[in-house]
Amino acid sequence: MSDNNPIVNTEALSDGTMLTLQGEIDLSQSPTVRASLLEMAQAKPQRLIVDLTAVSYMDSSGVATLVEALQQQRKNKGQMILCGLQPKVRSIFEIARLDLVFTIVDNAEAAKSA
Amino acid sequence: MSESFEVELRILSRPEHLCVVRQALSAALNRYGFDDGTCAQIALALDEALANVIRHGYQGRDDQPIWVKFGRADTAQQKGVHIVVEDLAEQVPPEKIAGRDLEDIRPGGLGVHIMKQVMDDVQFTPRPEGGMRLEMKRSQS
Repeated sequence: MSDNNPIVNTEALSDGTMLTLQGEIDLSQSPTVRASLLEMAQAKPQRLIVDLTAVSYMDSSGVATLVEALQQQRKNKGQMILCGLQPKVRSIFEIARLDLVFTIVDNAEAAKSA
Repeated sequence: MSESFEVELRILSRPEHLCVVRQALSAALNRYGFDDGTCAQIALALDEALANVIRHGYQGRDDQPIWVKFGRADTAQQKGVHIVVEDLAEQVPPEKIAGRDLEDIRPGGLGVHIMKQVMDDVQFTPRPEGGMRLEMKRSQS
């Protein structure tokens, strides 16, 4: 159902791509996110930005898709940046101690200039 | 021993039902007096428990039952919540259910770590009638 689609938008940048997500990224939505992220990472962008401003919830299946994309980016010598994390979403990164592994910035503008 | 919980839900092992359980638990936790941040973390712990049953216990089969029960677990000192998840999945020795080393950065394996980090007590036991039982408790701190 389009209403539940976690993918809002993909935007081409001069040096990469930005994926904007929305809603609750749990086990029911993470396969869709994973497919998009891996497709984007396969293009070997210099910079892969994931905008989570409109994501109100994320579980470990959502986090796993981001970790997988991060690993792909590292393999390809690219950068991956997360932005706009709401406190509830940031919390899972902290519990999993991944807040120090990812580059996390406040918003999309900061991510584009990071 | 018979158990009595304020809320008892039976869902099929489909990922799209996770949000229903999260919302039911969050509403109850709000009523029990937990703050928003703690509510979100406890709902996450339950979500991870259910996702593990679906992915590992039932190996993705979406027609299997999962029972979720929760209620207050107040003591004289503080308020709390008691959550039980039961299934009919293959039994696993509880000592083999462990989270991964967090230094090992890779996708997956975080669910049990999150449950143990968020909840005060997490106990897996094989059910005499088959399947597994997970019991989690958390007090307000």
